[in-house]
Amino acid sequence: MNENLFASFMIPVMLGVPITTLIIMFPTMLFPTPNRLINNRMIAIQQWLTKLTSKQLMITHSPKGQAWSLMLISLFLFIASTNLLGMLPHSFTPTTQLSMNLGMAIPLWAGTVFIGFRNKTKMSLAHLLPLGTPTFLIPMLVMIETTSLFIQPLALAVRLTANITAGHLLLHLIGSATLALMNISLFTALITFIILTLLIILEFAVALIQAYVFTLLVSLYLQDNT
Amino acid sequence: MASVIPLKEEKLLDVKIGELPSWILTQDFTPKGIAGAFQRGYYQYYNKYVSVKKGSFAGLSTVLAAYMLFNYCCSYKEFEHEWPRKYH
Repeated sequence: MNENLFASFMIPVMLGVPITTLIIMFPTMLFPTPNRLINNRMIAIQQWLTKLTSKQLMITHSPKGQAWSLMLISLFLFIASTNLLGMLPHSFTPTTQLSMNLGMAIPLWAGTVFIGFRNKTKMSLAHLLPLGTPTFLIPMLVMIETTSLFIQPLALAVRLTANITAGHLLLHLIGSATLALMNISLFTALITFIILTLLIILEFAVALIQAYVFTLLVSLYLQDNT
Repeated sequence: MASVIPLKEEKLLDVKIGELPSWILTQDFTPKGIAGAFQRGYYQYYNKYVSVKKGSFAGLSTVLAAYMLFNYCCSYKEFEHEWPRKYH
């Protein structure tokens, strides 16, 4: 059972060739380009949702920060669609791989930090020391704040990986527990099945929330530095 | 028995079985040709089932079901062992 538990997180291979790239590119097929003023239903729904999300995310930014709208909205759409597609049985979720989440988190965070240092050097350096600290605490606090700055990309990546992986693992475990309990006691199996249903609903919510949190944090780092 | 349209331009579903090998030979297997084939296939499905006036959820859900089936086939070997059997 141990090997089967993590088998769904292994790189999918078809005829000996890893097809990870194809699976990462699959969500793009589900977002067609709007060609006309009034589009079909699928595009209309996606446009409405995109407008809602972008207003929610970008309204607090200055114009310089709003230049990042395209990047942040596409990031949100990518993570949300990838996580939701991972809820289908037997599918592979690329966001469970730490490598990919690090690849998304580090460049975006580094971009916000470099923009801050380039345009507002004094302000970015001043962020390293909270207001009103006693003088003798200053050296230690600067080191602490620097550490917390450098841990931001790691936290972004690991948060996404851990949440999605843990959710999938829980679903696998409780699902196999339900199956195993069916021969022993039907009532317990029913309880476990109800837990499974609730977990599935939670997983759908987590998929969306994680995408939102990732994007929100990047936009917060941007706000700090714009 | 030659068909009215030249063999190269026929769609796969219109090709007769006897002409199938020669049809395969006339097809373009360069990367550009393969990309063109995928693009044509995508837009054929899209314009027929999604981009219509009263498109429903069925257009999208068929794609998701096909994706699920594809993943099932790819990972068949891994859960062959999990079927409830008396002797594993």
